[in-house]
Amino acid sequence: MINEDAVFASRVLTELTLSFHIIYATLGVGVPVMIMIAHWVGIKKKDEHYILLARRWTRGFVITVAVGVVTGTAIGLQLSLLWPNFMELAGKVIALPLFMETFAFFFEAIFLGIYLYTWDRFKDQRKHLLLLIPVAIGASFSAVFITMVNAFMNAPQGFDIVNGELVNVNPLVAMFNPAMPTKVAHVVATAYMTSAFVLAAIGAFRLLRGSQHMYHKKALYLMMKIGFVFSIATLLIGDLSGKYLAAYQPEKLAAAEWHFETEDYAPLILLGWLDEEDNVKYAIEIPYALSMLAHAWPSAEVIGLDQFPKDEIPPLYIHYLFNIMVGIGMLMIVVSFMYWIGVRRHWRFIHTRAFRWLIVAGGPLSIIAIETGWWLAEVGRQPWILRGIMKTAEAATTSDHVDIMIYLFSGLYLILGIGSVVVLSRMFRNNPIERELEERKGAVHL
Amino acid sequence: MNLEVIGITVLWTFLFGYVIIASIDFGAGFFNAFSEFTNKQHILTKIIQRYLSPVWEVTNVFLVFFFVGIIGFFPKTAFYYGTVLLIPVSIAVVLLGIRGSYYAFETYGTKGHKGYAFMYGVAGLFLPAALSIVLTISEGGFVAIVSGQPTLDYWALFTSPLSWSIVALSLTAVLYISAVFLTWYANKAEDVDATNLLRKYALTWAFPMIITAGGIIYQLSSHNPAHYERILGIWWMFAISTLFFLGTVWLIWKRKNYGLAFGLLVGQFAFAFYGYGISHYPYLLYPYLTIYDSFTNEAMAISLIVAFILGLLLLIPSLYLLLRLFLFSKDYVRGKTDHY
Repeated sequence: MINEDAVFASRVLTELTLSFHIIYATLGVGVPVMIMIAHWVGIKKKDEHYILLARRWTRGFVITVAVGVVTGTAIGLQLSLLWPNFMELAGKVIALPLFMETFAFFFEAIFLGIYLYTWDRFKDQRKHLLLLIPVAIGASFSAVFITMVNAFMNAPQGFDIVNGELVNVNPLVAMFNPAMPTKVAHVVATAYMTSAFVLAAIGAFRLLRGSQHMYHKKALYLMMKIGFVFSIATLLIGDLSGKYLAAYQPEKLAAAEWHFETEDYAPLILLGWLDEEDNVKYAIEIPYALSMLAHAWPSAEVIGLDQFPKDEIPPLYIHYLFNIMVGIGMLMIVVSFMYWIGVRRHWRFIHTRAFRWLIVAGGPLSIIAIETGWWLAEVGRQPWILRGIMKTAEAATTSDHVDIMIYLFSGLYLILGIGSVVVLSRMFRNNPIERELEERKGAVHL
Repeated sequence: MNLEVIGITVLWTFLFGYVIIASIDFGAGFFNAFSEFTNKQHILTKIIQRYLSPVWEVTNVFLVFFFVGIIGFFPKTAFYYGTVLLIPVSIAVVLLGIRGSYYAFETYGTKGHKGYAFMYGVAGLFLPAALSIVLTISEGGFVAIVSGQPTLDYWALFTSPLSWSIVALSLTAVLYISAVFLTWYANKAEDVDATNLLRKYALTWAFPMIITAGGIIYQLSSHNPAHYERILGIWWMFAISTLFFLGTVWLIWKRKNYGLAFGLLVGQFAFAFYGYGISHYPYLLYPYLTIYDSFTNEAMAISLIVAFILGLLLLIPSLYLLLRLFLFSKDYVRGKTDHY
C-alpha cells in the first residue's frame, strides 16, 4: 500500500523543514563556541571589547536559537508524522542517540537561560564564562548525537532481520556505525567553520558601512583565524569522508563524481554538464585524482555505477552539489588564509573594499555550502531511507493531507525567516557598538 | 515493576512536568495579551516577562523529551499515532512556532506590538486544545484500521462530546494553573496590584476547571465503560485531588500562603493526572495498542533507562540552579538585580 502523492509530498516537506532548520541549527552549534572563545580572550587579554563581542553575539544568538528550537521541534515530530514506518523500525534500534540528543539540548537550554540573564550578577567574569561551557558542550553534543542517527541511516547495523522480524538489537553498535566518525566530525567542523565566517562577515560589513572601530577589526581577525583552522579541518575530514564512501557507499561516490565504469587510474571530473544521453560535457578531468580520493593510491580501482541495478542509483545531479560544496570550501580556505597572513605582513589589499566584500559574501556562501553538503548526503542515499534495508517509498505515511501541510509549514518558515532577519538587523543597527561602549563606561569588571 | 511500567511512568512524569510548566507559559501569554486589550498591561507585563524570560526554552524541551521518549520506549506508537495525528500535531507545531519565535522577537525586537501579543495569547489557548486531541484519540472510537493502515475519523472526533470536554478542560486548567502560579510569583515580588488582579483570575477559573474535569469522567462512562470502571476503582486518588483543589481555592480566597496554595495545586493535578494514567493502563491506544505489545526490545529499554538516569544526574542540579537563580532569588523576582 504505497501512496505515491503522500510519498512525494512527504519528501518535499521533510526537505523544506530540514533545509530551513539546518541554517539555524548550524549557527546554534558553532556560535556558542565562538562566544566562549571571545569571552575567554576578553578575560585573558583584559580587553573589554571581546567581552562585549560575546555579549552582542549572544543577543543575536538568542534569536537563532529560538527559530532553531521551533524548527527542530517541527522536524522531530515530522519524522513520526511523515515517516511512521521508518520511525517504528528506527525507534527499536536508534532511539538511544535520539534520546541523548534531547538531554544535550536540555542542558544547553538551561545554561543558556542562566548565561543570558546573569550578565551583571557576577562581579567576576570568569564565573560567567563557566556558564558558557555547558552551553557549548550541549550544542555540540546535540549535533553529535543527531548526526549519529543520520549516519545510521547511511550504514545501518546493530540488528539482524530474521523472517522480517528485528532481533539481536544492539543500540551501541547501531550508534557507532562505520559512517559515524567522518559524518560527526564533518558536521561539527563545518558548523564551527560556517559560524566563524558568518560572524566575520558581520564584522567586515560594519567596516564597509563606515565604522572604523577597533572592535570590528578585532572581531574580524579573530573569526578569520578560527575559520581558517576549521576549514582546514573540514578539508581533511572531507577527504576521509570520500574514502569512507568508496569503501561503504560506492554508489553515492560514483554518482557524485559521474564515475560510470568501474576502472583503475580513475580520473576526477570537476564541473561539467550532462546531456540527455548522460554524456559528460565541458568537464575538467584530473587524472588519477578519484583513485587518490577513494583509496589514496593512483592505480586503485574505483567502483562505478555499472555495478548497481538501475533502481538503486541516486540521482546524478548530486555532482553539481558536490562541486558547489567543495568550491566554496576551497575559496574560504584561500580567503581566510590570505587575510590572516595579510594582517601579520601588513598587506594593503586585504583592507580594500573589494576584499571586504569578499569576506561579507563568505558568510552566506558558507551557509550555501552547508545546504549543498546536506542535500548531497541525503539525496545521495536515494532510493534508500535505510541503505540496503528500507526504501524511502515504503517508509512514508499513507495520509492524504501532506500537501496541505506543505503550505502550512511554508507559511510558518516564511514568517520565521523574515522575522529573524528583520529583528537581527534592527537589533544591531539601532544599537551600534560605539553607543553601547558609551553607555557601559565603568560598568565592566574585568 | 517491569520495564514497560517504568518506561511509561518516566514518560508520564515528563508529560506531567510539561503540563504544569506549559500551562503557566500558555496562560501567562493569554493574560499578557488580555491585559494589553484591557489597558492593564502596566500591571502584569513586567511580572510575566520576568518569570518567562529564562524558562521559555526549557518548557519546550519537556515536550520534545516526551515524544522522543515514547518513540524510544514504544516504537509502535510511531506507526499508529504518527499516521493518524498528521493534521492536529502539525497545527500544534505551527502554534509552537509562533510562540517560540515571538518570545525572542519580542524581547529584542518589536516591543509592545499589539497584534503580535494577541497572536501569542491566542496561540497559547489553541495549543492545549490541539495537543489534548491526542488524549481524546487514545480513548478509542476514533481510529479505524483500513487495509492495515490506521485512519482517523475526523467527523466522529469533531462531533464527540468527549473531545470537546477534554478541550474545555485543557483550556480552563491552563488558565487556572497559570493564574495561581503567577499570583504566588507576583506576591513574592511584592507587587500588590498584579497579585490582586491575578488572584481574581485564579478564582474566576477555578470552578469552570473543576466542573469540566468532572464532566469528563461522566463522558467516559458512556464512551469507554472499561476505562470508567477503572477510574472508579481508584476513586480515592480523585478524592484527594478534589480536597487539594478546595484547599488551594480557600487559601487564595483568604489571601493566605500563596506558596502552599500552588503546592496544593501541583498535588491536585498530580493525583488527577496519575489517576487518569493508571486507569488508562494498559492501553496506549484503545483497543489496538497496549504498553506490552508495543514495547521495545530489552537491550534498547535498558540502555534508554541507563541514559535516562545519567541524564537526570546532569539535569536535576542544573534545574535546581535555574530555580535558585530566578524563581527563589528574592532580588531577581523583585527586579532589583540589574538583569539583562
